Amino acid sequence: MTLLMAMTIGVLYACSLYLLQRRNVVKLVFGLLILSHAANLLIFTASGLVRGRTTIIEAGETVLPVDTAPDPLPQALILTAIVISFGVTAFTIVLVHRVNAVVGTDDLDDMRATDSAGKAADA
Amino acid sequence: MSALIVSPVLVPFVAAILCLLTRRSRRIQRVTNLVGAVALALCGGGLVALVTTSGVQSVQIGGWDAPVGVSFVVDRLSAGMVLITGIVALAIALYSVPMIDKRRELFGYYAMVNTLLMGVCGAFLTGDIFNLYVWFEVMLMSSFVLLALGGERPQLEGSIKYVTLNLLSSAIFLSAIGILYGLVGTLNMADLAVRVVQLDDSAKGMVSTLAVMFLVAFGIKAGVFPLFFWLPASYHTPPAPISALFAALLTKVGLYVILRVFTLIFVLDVPTTHTLILAAAGSSLIVGGLGAIAQNVLRRQLSFLIISSIGFALIGPGLMIGLGDRAYVDASAEVQAVVLLGLAGSIFYLFHTVLVKASLFILAGSIERWKGTDEIGRLGGLALERPWLSVMWAIAAFSLAGVPPLSGVFPKLALIGASFRGEHYGIAIVALVCSVLVLYAIARVWLEVFWKPSPDGEGGASERSRATASPAPAIVLSILIVAMGLGAGPVFSYCREAALGLLDPSDYIERVGVLDPGLDETEAQP
Amino acid sequence: MNSPILQTTTRLMLPLLLMFSVIVLLRGHNEPGGGFIGGLIAASGLALHAMAFNPRETLALLHVNLETLLGVGLAMALLSGLIPLAMGEPFLQAMWHEFDIPLLGKLKVGTPLLFDVGVYIVVASITMIMVLTLAEE
Repeated sequence: MTLLMAMTIGVLYACSLYLLQRRNVVKLVFGLLILSHAANLLIFTASGLVRGRTTIIEAGETVLPVDTAPDPLPQALILTAIVISFGVTAFTIVLVHRVNAVVGTDDLDDMRATDSAGKAADA
Repeated sequence: MSALIVSPVLVPFVAAILCLLTRRSRRIQRVTNLVGAVALALCGGGLVALVTTSGVQSVQIGGWDAPVGVSFVVDRLSAGMVLITGIVALAIALYSVPMIDKRRELFGYYAMVNTLLMGVCGAFLTGDIFNLYVWFEVMLMSSFVLLALGGERPQLEGSIKYVTLNLLSSAIFLSAIGILYGLVGTLNMADLAVRVVQLDDSAKGMVSTLAVMFLVAFGIKAGVFPLFFWLPASYHTPPAPISALFAALLTKVGLYVILRVFTLIFVLDVPTTHTLILAAAGSSLIVGGLGAIAQNVLRRQLSFLIISSIGFALIGPGLMIGLGDRAYVDASAEVQAVVLLGLAGSIFYLFHTVLVKASLFILAGSIERWKGTDEIGRLGGLALERPWLSVMWAIAAFSLAGVPPLSGVFPKLALIGASFRGEHYGIAIVALVCSVLVLYAIARVWLEVFWKPSPDGEGGASERSRATASPAPAIVLSILIVAMGLGAGPVFSYCREAALGLLDPSDYIERVGVLDPGLDETEAQP
Repeated sequence: MNSPILQTTTRLMLPLLLMFSVIVLLRGHNEPGGGFIGGLIAASGLALHAMAFNPRETLALLHVNLETLLGVGLAMALLSGLIPLAMGEPFLQAMWHEFDIPLLGKLKVGTPLLFDVGVYIVVASITMIMVLTLAEE
């Protein structure tokens, strides 16, 4: 299972890096989205997978069994990371939307106003 | 005391909430922001006083003991950074009043500045590596909004690059944290420092890989060669107060974290990881210096000067390669002296460069308002037109170039001296060459912008724009730059103590409380 | 969008979703749920309303400015940290107080509840700000 997860994560990273290198800004957003999924799954897998158990304390018990239950902390980390990527993604979508409205293109190669020194930046 | 340690986070948070609730009144927001900045500076001063009298202090959020709960730790380095942040926040708060337009003020500019400050201070104070990620995101989210606020074309294009690169670096950071947790089983930085040493050899190899991942992640945020391209593409696009805030603080948080984790956690394979740091330092110095010479727009040139100063500040941790495989406490006296001098120089440089960069970007903004342009070729004659602005520029710029007795010369001497003493002649020569390049770039700006007669006569700026061109907020910074130079002795001994605390973190670890005797006995006997 | 079916369903769904979101918020301390997910459910109900009618009517329905709501939510979350600090405990320490309510039994109220309600308001309002920003253009 860990091997399968590792391969899934690898494919996700590969996909996101491929998308990040495209010129289209919408694909850039998808790349960032998949990148955060890949990182979350990595946290989940790296801390060890436990089959068939949750981190919820059974009825009648007071503590989690230390040796059989999965570690709850990575799930808390992932939840935090998901919340953050939720906010960041929403911002990026609005930003891309604004860029498209103002610059009139979705091609990153046409967004060079900040690279050429001086003259274009004034325009 | 517990309240004082968390106060640098709480004060900007309260200010941000108040600004949000009084969003319709520009005046109330300005006052709130100003009071918040003064309070932050006072909290920073309080923290510096606290650590100089009673050493490293820590507090556990929510009352959960370390390493389970999140620790907030203040040592000399973090207290100093909070104090400097407060001072910069004050200068920016004063400068925002004339420079930020009504639309941005009503759109939540002040609330965003305060959440940015909250993220910056949180990153300085936290003792938990995942919490550090969260503070980084708080800081980044606010910086995204500040950068894009207003939405003109260059600003939006700069934002896309800035957002993408920073999110990429956050993802690398997050992935590294996940693997680190899987490997070591803790997130508390002091606890990590203890446990990383106890790992078996194959796991230690993995830690070196993680160290490089962290270096890449923070390298992007700090703007280190070859990961700096987003910086000159975005920093000059927003209004002057925002770019001054970014230039002074954001990259320095990345630097601070490199100083922190590469002295506390990632010291297992110093010959590999710290050689990389030294190489990054050297190449940033050269690229920053050459880039500064090539630029024709004032704020873009300053962006490249940021990169060269990042290079300078990285020499200190890079010089730790002198330690080889040994811990600092086991090294010979000569090696100890070199490493300590280098790191103290880096910390001094870090403090100095925050003030200088804030000052230069504020003044560049005023020049732009006064002349209506920031292209170096079209500026001129400012030495006669604006003598006070010119004096302040000269103080900041020549301090950056390392002209005595201003603040920049002392850390530079320490760093170059330590490089020679440690027989790292390569980096010493690169640093000297870069100093010459920076001096050339600054002298050229001085001659072109201030000395030569103005090519357009009075320039094209309107009276209204000129009325807002006051450089007064930079006065505090100029005074401090001079004071840090004249009082270099006490400042340097503070930095030396701070560096000692980084190199020998036993005190830090003990104060966080992860070496609690009860805990240690049960765990150390498997 | 102007569909009578969607509008009628939304009129029925919105109160249900809002009530459900509060239930999720309140059960969140010991069972799955909590302020974040509750806030998202509330926001999805309001977003549904904005889609079925139009964003302006949704704003009118709320009576409060969303940014003010955001500030109030943040202030509540902050307060849950400041109360223990004022009583000499560490920042964000959980503090509880038990009330005796005649006939109904005991009610335990504490700073985590205040924090969760704050999170609920922040998430609901910030999500609505995002949705409405995108919808307006």
